[in-house]
This record gives sequence, C-alpha cells and structure tokens, in this order.
Amino acid sequence: MDWLLSPLAYEFMQRAMAASLMVGILCALVGCYVVLRSMAFLGDAMAHAILPGVAVAYLLKANLMVGALVSAIGVALGIGLLSRQGTLKEDTAIGILFAAALSLGIALISTTKTYARDLTHILFGNVLGVSTGDLWLTACVGLAVLLVVALLYKEFLVVSFDPILAATLRLPAELLRTLMLIIIALTIVVSMQTVGVGLVASMLVTPAATAFLIARRLPAMMVVSAGIGAISAIVGLYLSFYINIASGAAVVLVATSIFMIVFLFAPGRGVLWRQLRKARAA
Amino acid sequence: MDGAFVTNQNKILTCDLAPASLSMEGASVFYHDRAALEQITFCVPAGSSVAVIGPNGAGKSTLFKALVGLLPLHSGSITIHGLPLGHHKDCVAYVPQREEVDWRFPVSVFDVVMMGRYGQLGWFRRPGKKDRSAAMDCLEKLGIADLATHPIGSLSGGQQQRVFLARALAQEPHIILMDEPFTGIDASTQETTLSLFEDLSKQQVTLLTSTHDLNLAAKSFDQILLLNRRLIAFGPAREALSAATIAEAFGGQVLFLDGAMVVDKAAHKTPIHGK
Repeated sequence: MDWLLSPLAYEFMQRAMAASLMVGILCALVGCYVVLRSMAFLGDAMAHAILPGVAVAYLLKANLMVGALVSAIGVALGIGLLSRQGTLKEDTAIGILFAAALSLGIALISTTKTYARDLTHILFGNVLGVSTGDLWLTACVGLAVLLVVALLYKEFLVVSFDPILAATLRLPAELLRTLMLIIIALTIVVSMQTVGVGLVASMLVTPAATAFLIARRLPAMMVVSAGIGAISAIVGLYLSFYINIASGAAVVLVATSIFMIVFLFAPGRGVLWRQLRKARAA
Repeated sequence: MDGAFVTNQNKILTCDLAPASLSMEGASVFYHDRAALEQITFCVPAGSSVAVIGPNGAGKSTLFKALVGLLPLHSGSITIHGLPLGHHKDCVAYVPQREEVDWRFPVSVFDVVMMGRYGQLGWFRRPGKKDRSAAMDCLEKLGIADLATHPIGSLSGGQQQRVFLARALAQEPHIILMDEPFTGIDASTQETTLSLFEDLSKQQVTLLTSTHDLNLAAKSFDQILLLNRRLIAFGPAREALSAATIAEAFGGQVLFLDGAMVVDKAAHKTPIHGK
C-alpha cells in the first residue's frame, strides 16, 4: 500500500494526479466523437497548430494556456472554413495548415536561449509543473465540455451518424461541426501541460478506439473510454514516478497497451476471437 | 397531374397541415461545373407513389438529396405544400441507400428509430415515454420489434432496410424518399415494404422510390418518373414507359429482343414486355 500512497505525499504529485485524471477522462470522452467521425488526423493537426499561439504567449511571458486557447479557437474556425470551400480535399488542407503552424511555432520558440527544454515541455508535457491555476482552468473547461456534450447529445449523435437525417431535420450541421471542433480544441489546450501537443492526439484516439471495440452503444462507449483514460492516467503517472520516464509518454504507452490487449482478446471483435470462429467454421 | 395543390399564404413550420404535394420547377443541380440534373419540372399529387427510374449516374440520388435540401439548386425551385423548401421542419423523411450508412457505428436498432423522433423533440429535450412507445410501434409495424436492442452492425440486408423504414415512419412525414430500397433484399422484406407503401398511400403519404426494377415500378407504383439528367417522362406507367422513352433514358444499355425489351444492367437483367 505504501508504494501507492508515498508518491502522493508530494504536493506536486497530487496536482499531477488530479490534472492527469481530468485530462485522461476528458480526452477519452471527446475522443469518442473523434474516432466515430474519423477525425484522428484532424485532432493531431489541431494539437500542433496551437503551437504558434503558445510560442507567442511564451515570448510575451503571458499564460501559455491563454495563448493556446486563442490559437486553438482560431484553428478550429479556420479548418471549418477551409474544408467548406471544397477546392482542396480536407486532409490535404489540414496537412498544409498543420505543418505550417508547427514550423511557425518552432521558429518562434527557437529565438529563445532555452529552446530545447521549452520545446520539450510544450511538445511532450510537464505534468509535474502543473499549477493550482492550471487545475482550476482544466476543471472549468472540462465541466463546460461535459455540459455541451450532455445538452447536445442527440444533435451530435445525428450529425455524426447520419448527416442526411441532420439535413432533413434542419439541424445546423455546419454550426454543430464547428462547435465540435471547438470542444476538441479546448480539450487539446487543457491537455497541453499533461501530455503535450505531440501526444494529445493519442489520448484522444486510443481510449475511444479501445472502447469502440468493446461497447455496442454510444453511452457505453463513452463510459468505457473515460474509464480507460482514467486508468491510463493513474498507472502512467505511477510508472513515470517509479521508473523515472516522461509522464506524458508513460500515460500514452499504458493506453496503447490496453488497446493492444483489447484488440487481441476482446469478445466478438478481437483478433483472437475471430480466428477462433474461423477455425470453428472450417 | 391534376392532384390537389395545397396552397397556403401563411408560413408553415411543421407538418400539421393537409397532405403534401411536392413539385419541382425548372430545377438544376450542378456538381462543380457539370450539370447532374437539368431543368427538372414535375408535380406529385399528395398521397401518390412515384417510382424514379434511370440508368446509373442518371441523377436519382442527386434528385433525392436536392429534395431534402442537402444539395443547393443552381436554378429553379422546389415547393412542398406550395411553399419553398425550408419552411417545413420534418415533412420529408429519407431512407438512405444501405451503402451510405456506417454500420459499425455503436447504435442499437432502437436508437436509430428513435432518431426519427428528434425532429418532434427539438433542441435539448430528451425522448420521453411517448417517444419510446411511438418508436416501438414503428418497429412492430415492420416486424423487427424483437431486434430493438441489437447493434445495427449485426443485421441482415433486409433487416437493415426495415430499420431505416421504421425510422422514416417515426418521423411521421408527409413525404418519404427512398433510394434503392429493393436492391439486395429478401422477398419477405420486399413484400413488407410494398404492403407498407399501400398503407402509407391510404394515409395520403407521398412516396418517391428509386429502383432498377422496371416491372415492379410498373406494377406497384402510381406514377413513373423516367430520369437521365433531364426528365424524360412522368406519368402512369402505361404512358411514361414506352420503347422510345426507355431507349432514350437507358441509351446503349437497352436491348430489343423479339418484341421484348431487356435493360442491360451489370448486376441483373430485367425483361420488360413490349406493348
């Protein structure tokens, strides 16, 4: 028991645990929409595209999350606009935007002396440096996102599953899509400190993809995904504490391990299960 | 086409009114700079059933998507109840082609049918007891009530078709659009669907169905709409389907054999007996 409790004696570990848990659950929940609407690439792109805003805030010595917030909303609206034009395929447009924003962010940060260390923190997170203010911001954003997902459950379900039904019901599909992008952007921003912009896409996709293999209905998928996100956060943080590895990477690796186990052994959809059925049929 | 044309000067927001007549006037739809539909004009009287027929790429799906407001018109207009599209909230239900649906999506049969009630529910409200029993009724009408809790990915082709028909019923629409509902389904589902059409016609629901099956179209529908980017013929089968109009619609895909006509489809051949 002692090895479970002793890390929590440190105040920075308590804050890290709270932040990781909130981020793990939030990412996993929002990630369900990312997986179901095949927006994994878009999520990754958005995470990288907030880098310039973070860099500017960093250079101005302002709050990094505020910088990230501003650029994330800008990127969400920008992607919505770009893909509406229809002159380029959406993934091409995102690919261009994403690399350009990443480069701009790196260019800006490279003007400072502590370039390498700062960039590492932004790209891969520094959960041990979470402040109480960051915790509050994460909690507020998390609650706001939960509220929107609960209130618009029906509408998000229809635009995700059947855009034509959404049109016949006269739902504002563009508005709902942009709102969804903003929710994803907000989630990425509050995850920056914990897993970093380089790894947040994994936290959006992996727990939700794992839940997709197990659950048969969306509410169940959300609960399972959130559970996997929470377990990954806790186990990852302990791993990072005891074997001294980067916390963001540890959390992601735990989530990936859970995914691999489910992918192989899940009843019904797992690889092993299918092989067994095939063997029995033969 | 002498169907009662319901005109009303007031704005209609829901479909509480008399059965809907549906008309298109000089409607064109463009994909980029290519016309997918050109100058389509027709008027469907309330409660009649229309089979939309044409070769692949004739614009059947495009026509339906324009009718639900998913594709913008380049020119012309669509009116329901004599009012332009957009004045009506849940007048039109659309049954998608089966390939258009993501069958791996984590929803149950009941969830899908319940989506048909969302229009009546409006924003933020959750389905209540009334909606649940309405959805169950629709499942029962199509004989799939026992499948309610099944994930949609586990269904057969015919069952999939019934789920989306049940959802269309749950919308309580005045117009139902169906894209290829008879392709690749079992005989019993086809029978259920056709008898449902009869019931719906009695309730003055207007039906538009695209199909490849000319015999079925001629036998089971009030009107035929023959389409190949332009409107080639519209009216009762014996007027709309002639050797000339079919040849015009299907072009090289049609063969004449001993007074019988064969439409050469990649998937199946449908003989039509000449008159």
